Amino acid sequence: MKTIQILGMGCPKCNKLYEHAEAAAKELGIEYKMEKISDINKITDMGVMMTPALAVDGTVKISGRVPTVEALKELLK
Amino acid sequence: MNWKTEWKWLAGFAAAFFAFYFLPVGAPRFDGAVTEALELTKWYTREHVLLCLVPALLIAGGISAFVSQASVMRYFGAQANKILSYGVASVSGTILTVCSCTVLPLFAGIYKRGAGLGPAIAFLYSGPAINVLAIVLTARILGFEMGLARAIGAVVFSVVIGLAMHFIFIKEEAAKAQSQADLPVPEAIRPLWQTVLYFAAMCAVLVFANWGKAGETSGFFYAVYSVKWPLTSLSALAFAFFVVRWFGADRIKIIAASSATAVLALVFHDMPVIAFSAGFIGLSWAINGEEGELGDWFSASWELSKQIFPLLLGGVFVSGFLLGRPGHEGVIPSAWVAWAVGGNSFAANFFSSIVAAFMYFATLTEVPILQGFIGSGMGKGPALALLLAGPALSLPSMLVLKSVMGAKKTAVYVALVVIMATFSGMFYGAFF
Repeated sequence: MKTIQILGMGCPKCNKLYEHAEAAAKELGIEYKMEKISDINKITDMGVMMTPALAVDGTVKISGRVPTVEALKELLK
Repeated sequence: MNWKTEWKWLAGFAAAFFAFYFLPVGAPRFDGAVTEALELTKWYTREHVLLCLVPALLIAGGISAFVSQASVMRYFGAQANKILSYGVASVSGTILTVCSCTVLPLFAGIYKRGAGLGPAIAFLYSGPAINVLAIVLTARILGFEMGLARAIGAVVFSVVIGLAMHFIFIKEEAAKAQSQADLPVPEAIRPLWQTVLYFAAMCAVLVFANWGKAGETSGFFYAVYSVKWPLTSLSALAFAFFVVRWFGADRIKIIAASSATAVLALVFHDMPVIAFSAGFIGLSWAINGEEGELGDWFSASWELSKQIFPLLLGGVFVSGFLLGRPGHEGVIPSAWVAWAVGGNSFAANFFSSIVAAFMYFATLTEVPILQGFIGSGMGKGPALALLLAGPALSLPSMLVLKSVMGAKKTAVYVALVVIMATFSGMFYGAFF
């Protein structure tokens, strides 16, 4: 079970990253849970300055860009 | 019926019903305003989209794809040289804030985990005003000196306000425990000079294609104007060369696109806009399917376009409806605008700053709105005050700032921005 967290304050790029991450997790067929973190203080506390960012189980993996679904699949394996 | 959820529909229906029931169709002021809205939107579409906005979007997309934002971030670390931090903070908005929604997280990060309050504030203030699209659009629509004044004002005052905040809260900040963010390590893909030349060529295309006709018929500006299309073509050729040589674009596709552009330029040499359009359509065709950086470049530009065009044209339409084109009236009588923000008095500048500070401007819409105000009699000084205070602050962003740095600091920051904007407006208004 993986918790996929999307960090961002609701800009279009964050929604895009959310969609890509969910699509990647679905295609891999893994067990997952999506989580949105939009509180700016929490985002900063996780050490992220460039949104959108993606964290898996609390560890930040991507920050400041929206990778393709394929690239995210590699990362979520 | 579940009225807890359905009331919104009822309220919506009622609002639409009464709005249309009492719609003042036929009243000269209303009909005039609708015509103004359509005329202004038409003018924007004709004059600004193809030659100005499209290349600017490609540049902005290129910045987000090819400039390593991480390489700038290291100047915001807790250990970074403080003077350097202020300097970088005041200008880095150009490359970091292509999308205005990224300003607040960066601000929070710099404040809490990096160089501290002063640089964070400097960044927060200048960011929205100096991104590429904002500068290009301001200079193009509101005049070159206004674009320049906005950029310079934003950079200079960001440092002043940052330093002021630093010294006002110096005790509190010293007591704050320092924690360091995990700043990402930059990785260089190509030498800096190649990236610089690539952007220079693209900017040259943008500048020459939009070179305005000067009043006089001799001198440097006129000389450039008379050969603006040859210069644009040369810049475009250089750009095509760079993209193929250093950025790995498909040679055949770029040559095909350039040849098509050249042929169109010769056939329709009276309408350069046709060849220009063919050029960027060809470029998009060549790069949109690519893997990696080139594909990222195209999709970044495309995402920006989707984000900006609806907002901007919507803003232009509303602005035309409310204020009309320059020299015409919309729904709001020009006399009201002239009364509130005409001339260059302290009251006009102050009023303009304070309204702008609280109002929310969607990305870039401040430009058409301001154009409407200036056309209705707003002074140049209050206009600059609005540009300096507006995009930097809004009621929603104040609420976020309050959650990050507390009510007291936010209030001081807002006060500083309003005061600075007021005085720089008066200063500018006294000269232009």
